[in-house]
Amino acid sequence: MPDLLSEMKFRDPARARALAEALAREVKAIGRAPIPLMHVCGSHEQAIARFGLRAVLPRELEVIMGPGCPVCITDTPEVDEAVALAADGKVVCTYGDMLKLPGTVKSLADAQADGGRVEVIYSASQAVELARKEPSREVVFFASGFETTAVATAAVVLSGTPGNFSILSTHKYVPSAMEVVAEMEETNIEGFIAAGHAAIITGWGIFEPFARRTGTPVVVAGFEPLDILAAILKCVELIREGRPEVANCYPRCVTREGNRAAQEKLWKVFEVADGVWRGIATVPRGNLELRPEWDHLNARRRFRIDTSRVGGLEKNVLAEQCLCGSIMSGLASPKDCKLFGKECRPETPVGACMVSSEGACKIWHMYGGVPDLRGVG
Amino acid sequence: MCLGVPGKVLSVDGLTAVVDFFGVTRELRLDIVDEPVQPGDYVLNHVGFAIRRIPPEEVQETLALFDAILKVAAADDLMAADVKGEIAAGGEKGKPRA
Repeated sequence: MPDLLSEMKFRDPARARALAEALAREVKAIGRAPIPLMHVCGSHEQAIARFGLRAVLPRELEVIMGPGCPVCITDTPEVDEAVALAADGKVVCTYGDMLKLPGTVKSLADAQADGGRVEVIYSASQAVELARKEPSREVVFFASGFETTAVATAAVVLSGTPGNFSILSTHKYVPSAMEVVAEMEETNIEGFIAAGHAAIITGWGIFEPFARRTGTPVVVAGFEPLDILAAILKCVELIREGRPEVANCYPRCVTREGNRAAQEKLWKVFEVADGVWRGIATVPRGNLELRPEWDHLNARRRFRIDTSRVGGLEKNVLAEQCLCGSIMSGLASPKDCKLFGKECRPETPVGACMVSSEGACKIWHMYGGVPDLRGVG
Repeated sequence: MCLGVPGKVLSVDGLTAVVDFFGVTRELRLDIVDEPVQPGDYVLNHVGFAIRRIPPEEVQETLALFDAILKVAAADDLMAADVKGEIAAGGEKGKPRA
């Protein structure tokens, strides 16, 4: 585990200590355990694990990562579609994190090894650029990510694309998944920490009906270690006061109404549809699909995608033991999985959570998860 | 993939801005940013697009985190790799963008 104090030294140790003490007081005042909170963002988990924040949390407080990794929740058949398109001679452009994500049998990295052309891009613009440079090839953008990333896809669609460019959308909409996870009785989440950068787009107001309906407070958090601690404290305060409200602890970036220009573009290009989130559930309104007026850009409409060629019915014994679904629902932690760090490692991932830099398993593998401090001092 | 990295706007040309990210200069698209952007402003970059203008007086805390991650991180650090990936999402200066 990285040394919390040395890493936070350059920040504000006095404030960190004050936040930790206030948290301890609030949790004591609530007087029950455990108090499970959930965050839904891989970047939050990175910061929590990297800076060892769980070490300063009261024992009664559990901060669990929910379905916050867009790569991890991309469903197997969606990967199969991309693999099939690559096998069929299309140029498939993908964000790098998706490369090793397992499909039924193959990942895009496997498709590449088989001779398919798979290009790693960092921006939707680069996929469009590639299509312009190679007008004789069909270029398919395997568009993954939450609403924050989907707005970039929407922007390239609206600014015009060449005729050989199309989109295979696996974009997902986080607010819909929060509804599903909040209703799982086994998790019993008492408060949510919402992802700051997704909220830049949607605004924090979007969580108000959710908080009222589920009786669960939602706090929007930034990514500084102290931002996250402050948001956790706010969430615990709201729990103690019995106030299922939304608080914005990232006001320098997030407003109530969000980025209206981006929302307008997002909903001009995409609409919500029910979709399967890998290992979790069918999430009503959880997928972002291209609206019918963009059918000509929709790879699923433009091509007959035959996934039976790349799927098959092979049984993967290891994958059956993988706990990714439970981990992403907040029912288990990476260390509950018997494959974690053994058969399943970043070089040879079995489950989706070990693939992405935003997956709970990969993050815990690198930084450690809940530090065991019993032997310290 | 939801990270977002802050950078300082050096110049603006229509819907494109040249932005400095901790010494690396990249071009960002301004299609989806919510407010007009001017040289000297900071913007948050996500996959090659500015998603938010951050007023200069509020940016210091945000900058400090990223600066620290880029400086102290080991070569295989996950967060540092994601930050570098976001920076790479900008277009290289002078090269035509889609």
